[in-house]
Amino acid sequence: MSSGEFKIKPLYIISSLVENKPGVLFRITNLFRARNFNIESITVGTTEKPDLSRMTITTRIDEAILDQLVKQLRKLIDIVEVEVLDINNTVYRELALIKIRAKDFTNRNEIINFANVFRANILDIGKESVTVEVIGTPDKIDAFKNLIIQYDIVEMARTGVSALSRGE
Amino acid sequence: MNIPTMSEMSGAKALMTSLEKEGVDIVFGLPGGANLPIYDALVDANFRHVLVRHEQSAAHMADGYARIKRKAGVCLATSGPGATNLITGIATAYADSSPLIAITGQVPLNMIGKDAFQETDIIGVANPCTKYAFQPRVATEIPEVVKKSFYIAESGRPGPVLIDIPKDVQQDVTEIQFPDLIKVRGYKPVVDPDLSNVGKAVELLVSAQRPIIMAGGGVILSGAFSELQAIAELIMAPVVTTFKGKGAFPENHPLAMGPIGMHGHAEANRIILEADCILAVGARFSDRSVGRFDEFGKGMNIIHLDIDPAEIGKNKSVDIAIVGDVKSALRTMVKMLSKKAIKNSSDNPWLKRRKELIDYFSENMKDYPREMTARKALKKLRELLPAESIVTTEVGQCQMWTSLHFDVISPGTFFSSTGLGTMGFGFPASIGAKAARPNVPVVDVAGDGSFNMTENSLAVSVLENLPVIVFLLNNDMLGMVAQWQRTFYDRRYMGVHQKSCPDYVKIAEAYGANGMSVQSMDELEKAIKGALKTEVATVIDIKIDPEEDVYPFVAPGTGLKDMITGA
Repeated sequence: MSSGEFKIKPLYIISSLVENKPGVLFRITNLFRARNFNIESITVGTTEKPDLSRMTITTRIDEAILDQLVKQLRKLIDIVEVEVLDINNTVYRELALIKIRAKDFTNRNEIINFANVFRANILDIGKESVTVEVIGTPDKIDAFKNLIIQYDIVEMARTGVSALSRGE
Repeated sequence: MNIPTMSEMSGAKALMTSLEKEGVDIVFGLPGGANLPIYDALVDANFRHVLVRHEQSAAHMADGYARIKRKAGVCLATSGPGATNLITGIATAYADSSPLIAITGQVPLNMIGKDAFQETDIIGVANPCTKYAFQPRVATEIPEVVKKSFYIAESGRPGPVLIDIPKDVQQDVTEIQFPDLIKVRGYKPVVDPDLSNVGKAVELLVSAQRPIIMAGGGVILSGAFSELQAIAELIMAPVVTTFKGKGAFPENHPLAMGPIGMHGHAEANRIILEADCILAVGARFSDRSVGRFDEFGKGMNIIHLDIDPAEIGKNKSVDIAIVGDVKSALRTMVKMLSKKAIKNSSDNPWLKRRKELIDYFSENMKDYPREMTARKALKKLRELLPAESIVTTEVGQCQMWTSLHFDVISPGTFFSSTGLGTMGFGFPASIGAKAARPNVPVVDVAGDGSFNMTENSLAVSVLENLPVIVFLLNNDMLGMVAQWQRTFYDRRYMGVHQKSCPDYVKIAEAYGANGMSVQSMDELEKAIKGALKTEVATVIDIKIDPEEDVYPFVAPGTGLKDMITGA
């Protein structure tokens, strides 16, 4: 990387177990706002325990700020556990739905071919568009998006990252 | 085996019983539509209720009570405006890590979210300034919620907890159980310090040539006064404090240097720049204390001891961090240090330098040239006030003058709104302090601007027989703002003149308190002596010159080395 190039900060994945009750998401996002932390994505869903939810947060920040962020999260009483996942020892996935403009047969075929290469699924084909489901790391989704951007993206929805550390 | 006790009662009655079980002996509050069931249950409660004239003052009173009693204070308010009026007091307690339980009424459950009369989302409003906020949805939850609230408010780094109880939950009559044990699984305050880091810190302190101790509010919160003094004497380290830490160390002690910071003592601000090792105890390196984060502590080893892990490295990266209760960490340190051969004696060069700085600044820091000045008034107050008296302040020049010119001798007898800087805090807080320790004189060093904000608490002081002395340094100005306008805005005054309104003697008399106006030092001496003898609140209205500034002054955004020592 040349010195003048814009340096992208490393991606951190913070995984936390939180109380599954009303107001918890508010308290956590409010902490981000009040302390000026940036988040890239946040996902919340149920876990194997009915009273706990897993919240996965991805962020690109400096390590010192990450440390402060984790400490502040740990102080929140509704957060039962927080850890920063080691990205080399973690499985993580994101799902994206992308509706791509495809006016003719050639366009549609090309998009379907690209989708196959990325092991993406075609969910819907209309007269004007194709809707694709891509699952993978955020990098893979970015790569697919960059490829099909030439056809014009009508709409896109990404879920944010879900992650678990690898088994022992 | 713990057999739970069961009985049928209302949610409000369960609240009273829960508070009694926590040892509550006084609550400060004001009733309204949504907390009427609580007030009905208060009739039969076996603790005292103090009726306030504004909810903000209820929170400050409970806060002042908590700071002296070193256990949670309790305040009550109704929903909507009652609850929002508490917020300034709650935020004040949060900024100063004071344990406070705020109990608000809420509209009935089926009205929540309907924008009902006097409905406000107080849980949402209070979120950024509370450790936690509960809203019990059934009466049976109340005992557990109360027990958890006290546990959270008082343990770890203390702070306020809000309990918002919908009116129907207060009214519901049901079988209520009172748990003996509770568990908050997501809350794990650190108590026991990491001993290996304590050992490293001791090594560093022993090898330092110019060690200094910076004591913060954490020393007062954990009551680690004797431990702090023992360490200072073992390593012969000068002790500076943060403003919140004022009174953590007796300010007449030969090693005491007083508070550092924006309006710190000149010798304290100076000596900390020359140290080679600093032990920061229960302090958070706030901008008001250390000036610029990047400049502070350059070239010295920093040891940081705090109960809150999130304070480590927040404003300042440090060499050795010890997370844990200040008292228990210091106690271990004292034990380790006692076994070491300490080379620092009382005539070492570092302590000579300390003496040199004190002498230099006492010669060069001139008082404002008037017969009556804030400095002289506060020195007179110190002279006449028994050492065990409790002193608090309002916010602004009166507060900084107290920091500079009033020495706290008995540890833990001084407090102020240091973090949030809440004007109007001191007077109600002093009433709370009086309730916590009725047998000692309590003084609020006030300015006219701040006292104006909560002066209606005179009614509480008089009617509830909680007499305090309001030591009113009256320059007829919002003095600190005026000082900044003089210094940074070329004397373009805007919004600072009080125009001798109101007459504070008449205000005091209107509430049934004593009011005295003093113009000279002789009159002041008589007034203080008189106030100490009377059994009723006294306002001593001390006329000082509006041009008297607070010095030294470390301008915002600059470092301690840029301290201005006079006009």
